[in-house]
Formats: sequence, C-alpha cells, structure tokens
Amino acid sequence: MRNLVAFPLLALAVILQSSVVSQVRLLSGYADLLLVLLAAWSLQERVDSAWHWGAAACLMIGFVSNLPLGVIIIGYFGVLLLARVLQQRVWQAPLLAMFSVVFFGTLFFHILSFVVLSFLGTPFAFGEVMGLITLPSLLLNMLLSIPIYSSMRELSHWVYPLEGQV
Amino acid sequence: MNSRSLQTTITFLVIGGILVLAFGGAFGSASRSLTAALIDIQSWITSRFVGFQDFATAPRDIVTLRQRNAELEAQVSQLQAQLIELQQRVNETEILAALVDFSRSNPESTYKAASVIGRDPSPFLHYIIINRGSNDDIRRGMPVVTNQGLVGRVDAVIADAARVQLVTDPASSVNVYLQNADTTAVLYGSVTGDISLDLISQNVTVEAGDLILTSGLGGGYPADLIIGQVVTVRALEFELFQQTTVQPAVDFSRLEIVLVITNFRPVDIAPLEPVTPLNP
Repeated sequence: MRNLVAFPLLALAVILQSSVVSQVRLLSGYADLLLVLLAAWSLQERVDSAWHWGAAACLMIGFVSNLPLGVIIIGYFGVLLLARVLQQRVWQAPLLAMFSVVFFGTLFFHILSFVVLSFLGTPFAFGEVMGLITLPSLLLNMLLSIPIYSSMRELSHWVYPLEGQV
Repeated sequence: MNSRSLQTTITFLVIGGILVLAFGGAFGSASRSLTAALIDIQSWITSRFVGFQDFATAPRDIVTLRQRNAELEAQVSQLQAQLIELQQRVNETEILAALVDFSRSNPESTYKAASVIGRDPSPFLHYIIINRGSNDDIRRGMPVVTNQGLVGRVDAVIADAARVQLVTDPASSVNVYLQNADTTAVLYGSVTGDISLDLISQNVTVEAGDLILTSGLGGGYPADLIIGQVVTVRALEFELFQQTTVQPAVDFSRLEIVLVITNFRPVDIAPLEPVTPLNP
C-alpha cells in the first residue's frame, strides 16, 4: 500500500517540472525531474514497482505535454529498462549507475524526441538541438541526480522496510 | 549655647557663606576652577554609578531585550511577507490594467484573461498552460495575446485549463504582414525560442525596424495583431526568398497573464487547398 505514494509524489514532480524546473533554463535546455526521479527509484535495490511508477509518470506527463505519448512511453520505459539492467550489474556502485542511467537515459530520450518530432514535420537542426538543449539538460539532470538519489533511497526504505524494521 | 557650639556654628556659617559666594562666581577664576572640579568629580561619580547600575540590572534587561528583539524580528518577517505579497499584487494590477487598456482599444474582440500556470515539460516544445478551459468557453484555435502583442493560440483544452502553442514553438508558423514593406511573409519559431520571417520576395525592400503584424491569411489568426519588429535582413541573390530575424514584442520568458480572444473562430482551409492529382 505504501507504493501508492507514487501518485502524489509523481503529481508533485509533474507540477514542479511544469511550473519551476522548466523555468530554470541553461541555454535552451532544462532538467527532466521525472526522468531523474524514475531512474533513481528503479535503481533502488528493494524496489520492485519501478514499472508501475513509470506507467503513472507517463500518464501524468502525457496529460501535460504536447510531446507524442509514444515518445514519452518509450523514453521513460527505456530509462527504466536501462536502470534495471544496470542495477543488477553494477549494484556495488549505485552512484555510478545513477550517473550512467541519467546520462544515457537523457541522451536516449532527447534523440528519440528529436527523431520523432522531425519525422512529424518540426524543423530541427541536429547540432542546434545537441548544443542548446541536450547538453545543458544533461548537465542539469546530472546535478539533480545526487539529491534525488538520496531522497529515493530514503523513500525506498520507507516503502519497502526490512522484515526486522516492520 | 556654650562657646564651643557657637564657635562651630560661626565656622559653618562662614564656610557656607564662602561656598555660596564661590558658587555664585564672586571669586572669579578661583571660583570657576572650584566649580569645574566639582562638576568633573560629579560627572565621574555619576558615570561610574550608571555603569554599576547597568551591570547590576543587565541580566534582566537582556532577557527583556531578547524577547523584544524576537518580537520585532517576527514582525519584520511578517511585514516582509506582506510587502512581497503586495508587490505581487501591484505587479498583477499593472499587468491587468495594461490588458484592460488593450481590450478597450480593441473593442471588436472579446477577451478572457487567464494566468499562465505552467510550461511544457519538454524543452523541445514551446507551450504554456493557462488556467482557463472549456468551462470558460475556451476553444481550440483561439488566439492568445497580451497588451504587447500575439502570444500564440490554444492547442488543447480540458475543463479548467488549456495548452497554448507559442509563436516561438518550432512547429509554429504564422502568416504575417510587413507594414512598411507592404508585403506578406511567414513567421517561424525555432527550438531556441527565436522567431524569424521567411518567404519574403526578393523584390521587396525590408528594413530593420519594420513592424510585423498578423495578416489574417489562412484563417488561423485575426489580422493586425502585433508580433514584433524586423531586426536583421538576409537577402542573398542566389536564394528565392529573403529571411529576417525578428524581435518579438512579447517577452515570452515572463508571461504571467494573457488574454484569449474568445470571439474568433479559426477557419480550416485544408479542404480548399488544391490537391495535386495523381498521374495515371
């Protein structure tokens, strides 16, 4: 039942993303709070509900954003998949895994957005997108990684307490 | 009275008389020196006493002062919060006053004011979210303006909110009219939020500072809404059209309150556009 905290938490994250984070720009890029949050959550050892969180996040962000829903679903679930794979392989260095997931996840999401939006007719220059949106967003996402990872770690301990702690 | 006490009385009277005369200045400089010395002594004693008194009563006063200080600090915090709130209200009032002026000067349209409550979470898109929706008769395609000029148009609507595509969005295109050059062109957004004009004939003279208005062509926007001014012109002989960069009239980074033009219905001219027949 404690997993239901996903809904208020993700709703708050979407509101913050739309009203605050999207105003804090570096060049033309800004951080993706949802992406970092999902990456941090799915990297937690005890978590087995990352996919549910991903689905809820896609639903909420799809409601707010004009980005095609397919891009959002494939993008966020791709990040979750990457996080789960890395969580099983580099579990001894969680921060390294976190940085890797955020780095490659952001790149994947942006390239996917670029390809799909270009295919749908929006004129983009690849160099401009990489230089002005993707790289600044990457930097901001990496900066957000550490505090969000720590918060998600604490939250996972609360949602999934060890048997002795119950 | 015996002789001893009489002697004492006389002595006191004499000394007292001398002192009265001395304090009255009867002895000139000697009298002033005496007075000054006495005043100095009194000042010294008084200051020491006050110091001692402060020291003796200090603990009680510090507690009182600390309490008072805390009260005043709380009051200052409260007043600062009130000041910020009032400043925000003043800003909102100024914006609303400007919007009311704008709506009065353009009585042919009906407007509905809306607050900007968010932006699109994706940095690839330039959309804002406003706090008016279908419950307020907002419909898809309605133009959105401020007193400064065109902002964009409503792209999606739910009951109590709507999403507005800004003219700076990379997928946005607006048919415009250059007033000084007396020609039409198309305004495009970009991923950086800059806007530019394209499809300007090479035969037309366009200069920096030319005013750009909506032309109304295509039925997407009403005519004569201000968009901005031409900043630079790029006219290359080997290209079909000229391009210009544009300084928008609206500051898109500081949008707080906007007006939706509710009596404008966009026209979908897609069925009227010529269709290229397939070759047999």
